Amino acid sequence: MAVRLDRWRTRSEYVVVPLGALLVSALLFSLFLWALGKSPTDFFALIWRGGFGTWFSLQNALLRAAPLILTALCVALPARLGLVIIGGEGALVIGGLACAIVVLPIAGVWPGWAVMLLMALVAALAGGVWIGLIGALRAFRGVNETIAGLLMVYIAIAILNFSVEGPFRDPASQNKPSTFPLPHEAMVGPIPGLEIHWGLIVGALLCVGFYILIDHTTIGFAARVTGGNMRAAKTQGLPVGKLIVGFSMLAGAAAGLAGFFEVAAIHGRANASLAAGYGFTGILVAFLARHNPLAILPVALLFGGIAASGGLIQRRMGLPDATVLLMQGVIFVTLLASETLYGRLPFFRPADQRSTVQ
Amino acid sequence: MTKRALSIDILGMGKRFGAFQALDDVSISVPAGSFHALLGENGAGKSTLVKCLMGFYQPDGGDILLNGKQVTIAAPREARALAIGMVYQHFTLVPSLTGAENLVMARADVPLVVDWAKETKALNDFLDRMPFRVPLDLPLSGLAAGQKQKLEILKQLYLNQRFLILDEPTSVLTPNEATEILGLLRGMTQAGDLTVLMITHKFREVTEFCDGVTVLRRGRKVGGGLVSELTTDAMAKLMIGETQVPKRAERVDHGVTPIMVDLIALYGTGDDGLPAVKELDLKVHEGEILGLAGVSGNGQVELLEILAGQRPLAEGRIFVQGKPFTPKRAEMDLMKVFSLPEEPLKNATAPRMSVAENLAFRSFDKAPLTKARWFLSGKEIRAKAEALIERYNIRTRSPETPMEALSGGNVQRAVLAREISGDVAVLVIANPCFGLDFASVADIRGQLLALRNKGTAILLISEDLDEILELSDRIAVMSEGHITYLAPAGEADRTAIGHAMAGH
Repeated sequence: MAVRLDRWRTRSEYVVVPLGALLVSALLFSLFLWALGKSPTDFFALIWRGGFGTWFSLQNALLRAAPLILTALCVALPARLGLVIIGGEGALVIGGLACAIVVLPIAGVWPGWAVMLLMALVAALAGGVWIGLIGALRAFRGVNETIAGLLMVYIAIAILNFSVEGPFRDPASQNKPSTFPLPHEAMVGPIPGLEIHWGLIVGALLCVGFYILIDHTTIGFAARVTGGNMRAAKTQGLPVGKLIVGFSMLAGAAAGLAGFFEVAAIHGRANASLAAGYGFTGILVAFLARHNPLAILPVALLFGGIAASGGLIQRRMGLPDATVLLMQGVIFVTLLASETLYGRLPFFRPADQRSTVQ
Repeated sequence: MTKRALSIDILGMGKRFGAFQALDDVSISVPAGSFHALLGENGAGKSTLVKCLMGFYQPDGGDILLNGKQVTIAAPREARALAIGMVYQHFTLVPSLTGAENLVMARADVPLVVDWAKETKALNDFLDRMPFRVPLDLPLSGLAAGQKQKLEILKQLYLNQRFLILDEPTSVLTPNEATEILGLLRGMTQAGDLTVLMITHKFREVTEFCDGVTVLRRGRKVGGGLVSELTTDAMAKLMIGETQVPKRAERVDHGVTPIMVDLIALYGTGDDGLPAVKELDLKVHEGEILGLAGVSGNGQVELLEILAGQRPLAEGRIFVQGKPFTPKRAEMDLMKVFSLPEEPLKNATAPRMSVAENLAFRSFDKAPLTKARWFLSGKEIRAKAEALIERYNIRTRSPETPMEALSGGNVQRAVLAREISGDVAVLVIANPCFGLDFASVADIRGQLLALRNKGTAILLISEDLDEILELSDRIAVMSEGHITYLAPAGEADRTAIGHAMAGH
């Protein structure tokens, strides 16, 4: 009994610390609002109303949560192998662009479901190769994956801009250069009875699937050993390089799918709107979820809601739309600072280990 | 000239952490100009004691007398002001800075702009007064371990500390380096310039260099006195107390056995891009321990990394039981070739994963830990862990405890249990007893001998020559990347081994 209680005690640390960080960032942000002469109470009430309070706003939050789930997975999977890959935005952009291009010759020729399936596969593959490349650079050439991933975001956006302004431009898209629009039958529709597209369901299924993969399969165990200590994994003869590349590809595939849904369910074409920052907010979601795929679901909903309430806050409080981005930044910094607390709070240690014996 | 050395008397010191009494009424007298040893197993309270002296901890009771005057040391800064300095087990110098930069930056009063010409001259004057020199114009990363350790000591002397606490100062040094450095310090104490309090595990260092000794066990002083009046046996008995030291396995005579491992012309590259292993040939027979001695940095670490799969083999062939072997998981499992690098917490475990998971590293992808080919059985992992914890006497709170929470001896027992609990044809192991206490060392050496008696071929890479002489059937010496000496243990002698280690 006591042992079980201790186990809960030690595990609760991973819930209490991030929640505490959220609370502290809310307080910090309140100070900021107060300094601007705005009411923090109004602000958080509006977030609730704009993101969660009504059926309409909840659907809006869920709609925004879908790409966040997928881009968060792109951070969380490599993180379990000890890699900090923050280039999910690049995989999203490349995935979205690739599927908008592959549709060109087959639109109207293939049946709608086949077009959709091929687009999804191509987007996942493109995103997978994109992040897989970062993993391979890390595993076989020792290139820092964080920097490489970040720089490759810029390359991805450059490729997107080049493609939509050059070879794949729809001449009809005057103000915002885009690819040719998708035929109607290739668009992903909403889940019946809701206004949310299927990306949410796919994201949720992937979260569950990746959770099982990491925590309950031998491959996932090998990945966790690699993340826990790469040198030890090599001594065990584990294929460290293949694991890194493989999990990076899975991660990139998730972000590529986010790009697919942005193109096939939202925009209907690929253009600069793909780089809307979902890849970066996904980093925040993954860190707050401590890279646990199951925890990504509620956290993504939280950030979807915050993003959804941006417009309402702008209208009601006279604050710029970017205010919620500022709050996200405050949350991220607080969260990173809270990482230093793990193992330092005696409350979370078993009762007989609370001294500071070295 | 008056004596510069300080004396310290500790009277009835106590320190409690929660329910745990780390120090209980400990009194030690270290006269000025003496070389005093602090002996004890891991967890005996040695570290707590010196941390109280250094101001990291506040003792709950007792007094500290410095040159007969009572002092309180509330912070490390105050210890430094009282001229008490400490040299830690692991290096604390900055590897990318030169010796001179390290020394100057360590001062409490570094000016905003350093006049290096002046400082260099002052440093050279200082070195002239010291019994040993270290090149000060090279970055630390280019110096050997012995040189770095000398610089650590020089740093304390440069800071004008006259009471030195050394925490296992020789664990990173070769025997010759250790003898040299301790000898120099002994000279300084005899000259009355310095007093030394040294934490150690090695009796040889106590008997050769120390005047006085204090033995701690479970936070209490259990004995001590003048080294000249105590035998090694008596000190060992005080250290381990009533606990039973496991009896070492008898050595079985296997007669002539077939070759198990055949390494042919191995080449490997070190981290610096230079060849670290060069044309290395070595054979290990079934049921023998081949001890591989050598000064650290002569390619032993790289050899183990090649055999363990951590480092690519540049050239050469590895045969196990006559068949070519590449260090991949499938072949390791099939041919039963396992490796254990030194410092297992750093090299052979995932410190944040649980003890149970760490114990499953070898077996997680095989039945019964795997079910339906792909899935892990948490129940079986736990059951296996419980069995190994019981059988190998691993002290852990529960199988779910993170590996990093275990003591050094228990980490080593755990990884050894993981690697040797099944059938083992070949075991490659490096410095298995590095930094462990007396009882753990005996336990682990006993297990290695038992494994040998069952027919395993063991390649024991060690920087501890005594360990090699004690355990090996044959002894090889590695120098500059290849084997320079090979003899049956019965015919090997220290002088010849020493010559080979030095590369002659």
